[in-house]
Amino acid sequence: MQGQAPIPAVETDSVIAKPWSPSVVGEDALVLSNDSVNLEYRHLVVRCSAVSASAVPGQFFQLLCPHTEGAQPFLRRPMSLYGVNPVRREVEFLYKVAGAGTRGLATLRPGNTIDIMGPLGVGFTLDPKLRHIVAIGRGAGLATLAPLAQAAKANGTKVTAIFSARRPELMVSVDLFKGHGAEVITVTDSESTSGPSNIERLLRGLIAAGRCEAFFTCGSSRLLRVQQRLAREFNIPGQVAMEQQMACGIGLCFCCVRDFNVGGEIVHRRVCWDGPVFDMMEALP
Amino acid sequence: MIDLSVRVGGLTLANPVMPASGTFAEGLDKVMDFNRLGAFVTKTITRELRAGNPLPRVVERAGGLINSIGIPSKGVPYFLEHTLPYYAGHKPPLVVSISAPTAEDFGHLASEMTLPGVAAIEANISCPNIEEDGKAFAMRASSTETVVRHLRAATSLPLWVKLTPNTGDLPEVARAAELAGADALVVANTILAMAIDLDTFKPCLGNIMGGLSGPAIKPIVLRQVYQCARTVKIPVIGCGGISTTEDAVEYMLAGASAVQVGTATFVQPAAMTTIIDGLVKFCERKDITRVADLIGAVVNEESDEPELSWLAPPT
Repeated sequence: MQGQAPIPAVETDSVIAKPWSPSVVGEDALVLSNDSVNLEYRHLVVRCSAVSASAVPGQFFQLLCPHTEGAQPFLRRPMSLYGVNPVRREVEFLYKVAGAGTRGLATLRPGNTIDIMGPLGVGFTLDPKLRHIVAIGRGAGLATLAPLAQAAKANGTKVTAIFSARRPELMVSVDLFKGHGAEVITVTDSESTSGPSNIERLLRGLIAAGRCEAFFTCGSSRLLRVQQRLAREFNIPGQVAMEQQMACGIGLCFCCVRDFNVGGEIVHRRVCWDGPVFDMMEALP
Repeated sequence: MIDLSVRVGGLTLANPVMPASGTFAEGLDKVMDFNRLGAFVTKTITRELRAGNPLPRVVERAGGLINSIGIPSKGVPYFLEHTLPYYAGHKPPLVVSISAPTAEDFGHLASEMTLPGVAAIEANISCPNIEEDGKAFAMRASSTETVVRHLRAATSLPLWVKLTPNTGDLPEVARAAELAGADALVVANTILAMAIDLDTFKPCLGNIMGGLSGPAIKPIVLRQVYQCARTVKIPVIGCGGISTTEDAVEYMLAGASAVQVGTATFVQPAAMTTIIDGLVKFCERKDITRVADLIGAVVNEESDEPELSWLAPPT
């Protein structure tokens, strides 16, 4: 051994012995149900691996949507987690049939398989010390907020949800939130209650009542701006789940970047990797 | 036991499968064991800080996608501080993809990247997204030779040169790169392409044009690998629409010494390790003990009967 350079044993061992196991998987999940919930939305429930079923609120999956006649989507489609049950190994999605990908999803029947990839991205952070939070969403954003209801309840955090939709019959997640003990306030375009001034009035009421220690929001730039204004005025923290067109979903391609204001500097961040949940004050609507 | 190792431009790789530049980042280690890869290839880095192109940056088309990402780059200090130490903790050799606006700048960056922990330089002289209308050094033999000479003078590391499929002179460009000192060629970058939205009549990409990748381009790039491999003596690395083991084998038969997998990872994130597993099975099935025996093993018409016998071993 004399004269030899010391063997960098630690480094070598760490390379070889480093245990690796996947924390994101692409897998064929079994469709348990795929039913309409209203005129626009469908609810997909699949059985999956423990890795997929470890998803947390605010995370998402990339679904390889079935090809249909006339539509062969090449890329996966990002889909927010709507519900998760790690014990039964199930994840749920809520989607609106809007394009080639979701048209394919709508064809799935119980017993079929669907290739899901996840869990992906950074989800919501729910501080157990929070006593009362406000969840504000619109449209598909309500699906993204949905798993917060259960997680907040588990923490003993009370939730007031303000849900916005074009018409009352297009509202989703209301029963789910109520089922977990949340108070739900619905506002709609058709009833002229969804405008930013009414939202601001509702929020100021909640803030005054001590029922808004943090904002959680998704699905509307207009509502985001209202919350940012109030957050600044009352020094309330907030988190927003952002959307952007994606390709890889795991931070490789830099297709889904958005601008964020970080300490006065405008920076690009990947929605799929740095988010989709971001500090509400850094988001640019 | 199948020997998966291949020799590529000054390096011996444990297997012939590696990522294509731009389609790989740390996040993929959530999906696969990085130590199984033949090599790492970084996203292209530049000295300049680059934000990348306007959105939308990707549009899908039949059998592939068109991208105009535009090489967002955080510059050299970020690479030295974050990227290099991260990959140093893994077994596969690190190939650093670089780009620069001029031949001189390519040389400077190659010199700066000649560092412990960097196994090879891949010079991206072919990105269709950062020069006007997809013009790049690799479009012509003369500009290829100039830039590769600067690179060669600047680094002692193995030098891989990534060529463009958008030239009509690919064999000449390949020869120019070899003459100027390249150790291997990567064939090829994306094919300059375009898509238009029928609702708005606007181009689908913020940058108007972009690079097509995915299964749609495989037969074209396979032909280009075949042409290049016949033209030069240095190894050729095949890159274009490889999604399956069969695609990888086809490229090796056409003359590729190794393959890069890119767009397939966006659809099946574990595509690379799936292909590595598949290569073992393919070789076992064909009774081939060394995957390197596939390189350039395409059988042309002039072959004699006995030379074909190894393809179908007696069962």
